[in-house]
This record gives sequence, C-alpha cells and structure tokens, in this order.
Amino acid sequence: MARMKFLCDSERCIECNGCVTACKNEHEVPWGVNRRRVVTLDDGVPGERSISVACMHCTDAPCAAVCPVDCFYTTDDGIVLHDKDLCIGCGYCFYACPFGAPQYPQKEAFGVRGKMDKCTFCAGGPQGKDNSEEERKKYGRNRIAEGKLPLCAEMCSTKALLAGDGDMVADIYRERVLKRSGRPQTWGWETAYQEDV
Amino acid sequence: MMTDAKARTGGRARRIRAMLWTVVLIAAGSMLLPLAGYLYTAAVQAQEQSAGGDTANPRAEYWREVRDGTTGYTAVVGPETNVLIQSRGETWREIRNGPVITLGAIMVVGMIILLAVFQFTKGGAKLEHRTGRKVLRWPMLDRVLHWYTAILFIILAITGLSLLWGRFALIPLLGKEGFAAYASLAKPVHDYLALFFAVGLAVMLLKWFKHNIFEAHDRQWFKQAGGYLDGSHPPAGFANGGEKVYYWVLVAGGAAIVVSGFWMLFPNLGFERSAMQNANVIHGISSLVVITAVLAHIYLGTLGSEGALEGMVSGEVDEGWAKQHHNLWLEEVKKQGGAPASEGSASGRSAPASA
Ligand code: SF4
Ligand code: SF4
Repeated sequence: MARMKFLCDSERCIECNGCVTACKNEHEVPWGVNRRRVVTLDDGVPGERSISVACMHCTDAPCAAVCPVDCFYTTDDGIVLHDKDLCIGCGYCFYACPFGAPQYPQKEAFGVRGKMDKCTFCAGGPQGKDNSEEERKKYGRNRIAEGKLPLCAEMCSTKALLAGDGDMVADIYRERVLKRSGRPQTWGWETAYQEDV
Repeated sequence: MMTDAKARTGGRARRIRAMLWTVVLIAAGSMLLPLAGYLYTAAVQAQEQSAGGDTANPRAEYWREVRDGTTGYTAVVGPETNVLIQSRGETWREIRNGPVITLGAIMVVGMIILLAVFQFTKGGAKLEHRTGRKVLRWPMLDRVLHWYTAILFIILAITGLSLLWGRFALIPLLGKEGFAAYASLAKPVHDYLALFFAVGLAVMLLKWFKHNIFEAHDRQWFKQAGGYLDGSHPPAGFANGGEKVYYWVLVAGGAAIVVSGFWMLFPNLGFERSAMQNANVIHGISSLVVITAVLAHIYLGTLGSEGALEGMVSGEVDEGWAKQHHNLWLEEVKKQGGAPASEGSASGRSAPASA
C-alpha cells in the first residue's frame, strides 16, 4: 500500500496561495477555517522562502494521541482522518499538532470551538458512502476514492507542492535536487514522518 | 627556401595543435564544470560529517530554526498561522499523556486505598460522649455556600476526570459512540459550571479566611498527628491544623485551577498554544491535588469523624463533639454566650471562633 505524503519544495513555491484557494473551493470550507496556508519566511529580503503547509498526516500522530474521545484513525494509505460525529471540540489536537493543522469553526458565543476541521488529504471521512452528500458536507470531497490526488498539489502552478505516494514524491524531489545541485530540504518530514528523503 | 617552407609548415602545425588543445580543454571544461556542484555538495557533506552533523551548513541552520517555531508572514488569518512548526506540542503530549494521567491516577486511587485501609484498621473517630446539647457551628449562609460549591466541585471533578481518563476507563465500557455522546455533554457542562464554581469557591474561601490563620497551638495538633493514630485529642480552635492545611490547599489549588481553566475556556481571546498547553498541565495537576485532598475531606467529614456531618447539615454540632475535636472553639463560644446555642438565636456566635 502507498504511504501518502505531502512535500513542499521551498525552492519552487512562489507564495501564490493557489493551493489554499483550491482547497477552500473544492471542499467548501466554512469561513475562518483554512485547511492549508502558505507561510513566507524572511518576507521581502534576499533568501525569502515560502512553504505551503497543512496536516502532514503524521506517523504516530500527536493529535490522535491526545484526543480525549479517540476520534482519529489512519487509513491504509497513511492518511490521518477524524470522526466529526465524535469530536467534542476540546482543542487538544490543536495544542499537540506541530503544524497547526486543526481548525475550529467558531460556535455560538464565548469562543466555544465547533467540531475540529482539518486537511483530509482529499480523502473525506468516516460518515456516509464515498462522496455522499453527508460526507461532502462534513469533510469535503473524497478525491482519493475517485483515484485522484489532493487538489492543492494538482493545482500548484510551479509544482512546488507534491502529494502522493511518499516514495514517488521522494523520487521526483531527489531528481530535482540532483539537477539543480542543491541539498534536499524535505521540510517537515522529520517532524511528521520521523525520516527524510 | 626549404627551411623557410619547413618553418612555415611547422608554424601551422603548432597552431593546429594549439587549436586542438583548446577545443579539448573547452570540451572537458564544459563537461566537468557543471559537476563542480556535486563536488561542492560532496565536499560540504564530507565537511559536515567531520564536523559531526550538519552544523557547518547555514541552510540547515535556517531550517532548524523553523523547526523551533520561527514565524513568517501568511495571508491566512487565525491563531498562530504564521508559525510553521511548534515543537512544544510534542512536549505537552508527553507530559499530559504521561505523568498527568498516570501519576494523577496513582495519587487519587492511592488516597482512596489509604482511606479504606485506615477505615478498616483504625476506624473513624467515634463520638465519645453525646451530650444532647447543641452548639451552632455553621450558619445557614455557610452551609449553602458549602453545598453549592461542593456539588459543583463533584460535577466538575467527574466531568474533568472523564476527559482525562475516559479513553482508558470509559471507552472500553461505553464504546466510542457512547463515550463521545457523554463527553460532548460533559465538556460544556464542565465549561459553564466552572464559572459558577469559581464564584462559590472565592466567596467561601474569603468568608472562612478568619478561621484558617495558623496559630501556635496548631503545632501541637501536628505533633500528635491530629490524634488519628493514638486517639488523643490535640488542641484545636474552630478549625484544627489539618483543616487549615486543607483550606490553604484549596486556596492555592483553587486559584491555579480557576486561572488555568480561564486560559483554556476562552480560545477566542487569542492565547497562544504554549499558554494553553501550560494551562492544561497546571489545570490537570492542581485539580488532581485538590481532588485527592477533597477525598480525604469527604472521608473525615463523614465516616472519619462521627458527629461532624450533622454540623454541615443542620448547622449544629453536639457539645460533646465540639469538646472532643475543637476544644478551644467551644471554650470561646461558651465565654461569649455561655449556654449552648440553638440556631437563629446565635447566628453570629460561631464567627469569632479561634481567630
Ligand atoms: S499534522 Fe497535525 S493534525 Fe495532521 S496528523 Fe500530524 S498532528 Fe495530526
Ligand atoms: S478537538 Fe475534537 S478531534 Fe481534537 S482532540 Fe478534541 S475531541 Fe479530538
């Protein structure tokens, strides 16, 4: 089975936020929730680098370890999903996640958190049949079930953002690095997967 | 002539040779120079290896900083969206899933076992001599305050512990769906009642402050270990030494619980994750300490000391109980009003007490 991974090539990302927009549109994510974001370091000075970040679908996911209702599960593809019917909006997964992936729609007054929402690697969630109305409403589209890869990476104009089987992603990236004679910088991989390319 | 011609052909040959060499050099150069990149990276790698890690590479340094939470710019609005990686979450996970959960369980369960062992070996303190004469100990307001705070505390403790231990203790019993249904109720109940509890606790602790200032005779109480082991009756005012310790545990623990709880209750106020992680750990530890203390308090107020509970129910205790457990307080009450009081006529009398 494939082990799905994200990889953002910081030498290529031009901070166009196309991935962010693609994600928001594809899944019709509510206001205030962003499953993906682009962070630019050293903005406006030489050496500026941008990275697109969302849930990295960690091995030994910290979010899953602290969830009081144990609502996370990892698919055969290594995608970390959660069950919104179980989530109580406690915020613990957000405390634990290294990448700031979990998001909460604000519910009512007092800043009470709604049910957690995060990147699903375009793989939907546990409720309903694949791509049923119920699944789409709660988790967005299920592209994986249709044999497609996450839309953010598909739409990336510079192909900085790669998504798919970890080995293939690593091969593509390694080839690039060899051609441009730099050093591989698999940003976030060590944290998420406890390994590098 | 001949030499001339020879010289000319020789000169041409030299020129051709030089040209050939140049072409070879250019060809070799154009093939080799791009490889310099590899040579460079190889050299850097070798250097790093000899330096023990990637310390020699400034770019590696750059990414290490990112791992430690450097911030950048992002167009996405939200809490700490400009932080790429926060490594503190992993530390929080280890503390919360480790010591807070396990040591907390050991502490609470340990206290229950300790109290059970005490009850079965020594038994609680019996009321030695019931006189039938009543002394007012807890006026109505105090009793209302006590039970209001106590009931809220028990609900908060049960709901809070459910979120801490539910995964291990309740999911196997109720199933994930069942537990989630309960937890989705327990969480808002815990959140909203917390506000009412905080008010009750604050008013109660302020009102009883005067009873709980340590005095010289408390040292004697501690020396005799409250008389729990040898059945002796050390001196005590309105509150004995142990009760004063309990009071101050509630003050410190209560303050920690309420303040840290506030931090977690209002994520919309823009507290950072690090603050909420700290708050969660402080909330957990202080709650577990207070719960452990409350267990002892509940035991000592019921099974552990015959005649104590009626004081918090009817407001009046037996004079015999007062003499046995709070001799200095009884003397004070007698000095002020003489005859044993009945409720209503002496509502102010318990107040001066030992303070
Ligand atoms: S990136 Fe965050 S939300 Fe995603 S699996 Fe890892 S810890 Fe969980
Ligand atoms: S917010 Fe939901 S998913 Fe996250 S830890 Fe709490 S219950 Fe689990």
